[in-house]
Amino acid sequence: MSLVINFLETLWSTLFDVIPVIAVLIGFQLGMIRQRIRQPRRLLAGMIYVLLGLSLFLVGLNKAFFPIGNSMAMQLTSPEFLGAGPLAWSDYYWVYIFAGAIGFATTIAEPALIAIALKAEEASGGAVRGRGLRLAVAVGVSFGVALGTFRIVTGTPLHYYIIPGYIVVIIQTMYTSRFITPLAYDSGGVTTSTVTVPLVAALGLGLASTIPGRSPIIDGFGLIAFASLFPIIAVMAYGEISLWRSKRNRRKNQDASKSVPDERSNP
Amino acid sequence: MIERIKQIGYLLESSARDLAPIVIVVAFFQVVVLRQPLPDLDGIIVGLICVVIGLALFVQGLELALFPLGENMAEGLARKGNLLWLLAFAYALGFGTTVAEPALIAIAEEAGKVASNAGFIEPGEDARRTYAFWLRFTVANAVGLSLVIGVFRILKGWPIRYLIIGGYLIVVALTFLAPPEIVGIAYDSGGVTTSTITVPLVTALGVGLSSMIRGRNPLTDGFGLIAFASLLPVVFVLIYGMVI
Repeated sequence: MSLVINFLETLWSTLFDVIPVIAVLIGFQLGMIRQRIRQPRRLLAGMIYVLLGLSLFLVGLNKAFFPIGNSMAMQLTSPEFLGAGPLAWSDYYWVYIFAGAIGFATTIAEPALIAIALKAEEASGGAVRGRGLRLAVAVGVSFGVALGTFRIVTGTPLHYYIIPGYIVVIIQTMYTSRFITPLAYDSGGVTTSTVTVPLVAALGLGLASTIPGRSPIIDGFGLIAFASLFPIIAVMAYGEISLWRSKRNRRKNQDASKSVPDERSNP
Repeated sequence: MIERIKQIGYLLESSARDLAPIVIVVAFFQVVVLRQPLPDLDGIIVGLICVVIGLALFVQGLELALFPLGENMAEGLARKGNLLWLLAFAYALGFGTTVAEPALIAIAEEAGKVASNAGFIEPGEDARRTYAFWLRFTVANAVGLSLVIGVFRILKGWPIRYLIIGGYLIVVALTFLAPPEIVGIAYDSGGVTTSTITVPLVTALGVGLSSMIRGRNPLTDGFGLIAFASLLPVVFVLIYGMVI
């Protein structure tokens, strides 16, 4: 019963998320484009799918994952698990592994990233593979969140990591194919939404509140920044690697065609 | 009918596959690392079923509604050929979807507390609320403006790299100048502006526009709107923190 009430509440708040979007769309459709909307029934059905789907998704996450994920984050960072006494940064290894694993797993399930990947596959005519893109983003988030927890444990300032990260992004941008850069920047922006933020924020908060000398406000923040910077680097690297591989394959094919005399080439 | 059932089956299967990593990670840490039984197994299974069905429905809704809506708007606006209307639409979409975003409201309230504790603003509930309200307003404006810049870029065919690199350099410079308490909030506000409903719509708008305009490539020109919408709010919030 509480599940139903929970679902209705979530549906209600998702509806409020959608209303401004719908208002803007309808306003401009009526006020400016003044065309009949094509397939209104299909659109309406799709909108209902989006609303119901997102609400069910959130309710399910709240029921199945968020409570256990939060309690795990708290337990992994608690003195009972880590042991007593002064701890070196290396004693937190389970925290780093958990951060990396959960960052990866939540990114694969992120609905907004699924949308970007679908669109990228379509726009590139299949040259960019959606699954590969999402894996690259997930690897980036995984590394970013793990490094972010390391930063909280060691207490080094945020910009020691973020600024070199940006410099790497700038250097990569200069050298990467211009086909992949916009996609890479977009993937950095979408990694941190529905699924990743709650679990990662719980981990950051848990760490910051159990390690002496850390402030949950200053240190708890910033994990999100890590989770959006490293995917950009990862996606550009992924673009580089796939470009390099396709070049190598082409060269291999050329070599192969050279070694086998081709009759058509010498008429 | 059989086609339909097959499609539903495929959707459910792929969303189950997308969720498998979370299940594996959580189960591994619970059972192997923390050595505890899974609490409330029934609840977890019910929740899991909800998540799988929800994700499948959402992906179906993407294809049926959010992508076509974004593409239709791009097409209608491009055909109309009125630049001002197009930019007004971009602004309204960015502002409208951000100003009421629950995650942003939460961050703005948090920022109000931080500013109050740090003594940037006068103590008291009113000052805090005003601070939070204007922060939200600033971020929503930043997102509106990002989409305006992004759409304008698609029309002009400017390469994205210089704009983004310039933006990052500004962020880096401002990070040193802004009060440290606001930096974390500023970085996080860039992450919360792009909600799960806005992202597909905005992406479809960009890709749609770039495929409507001759000489633009959907991949190089169509993407990048989200990138602006996550960068500019950071800049605006850092400035907001410095001004107030």
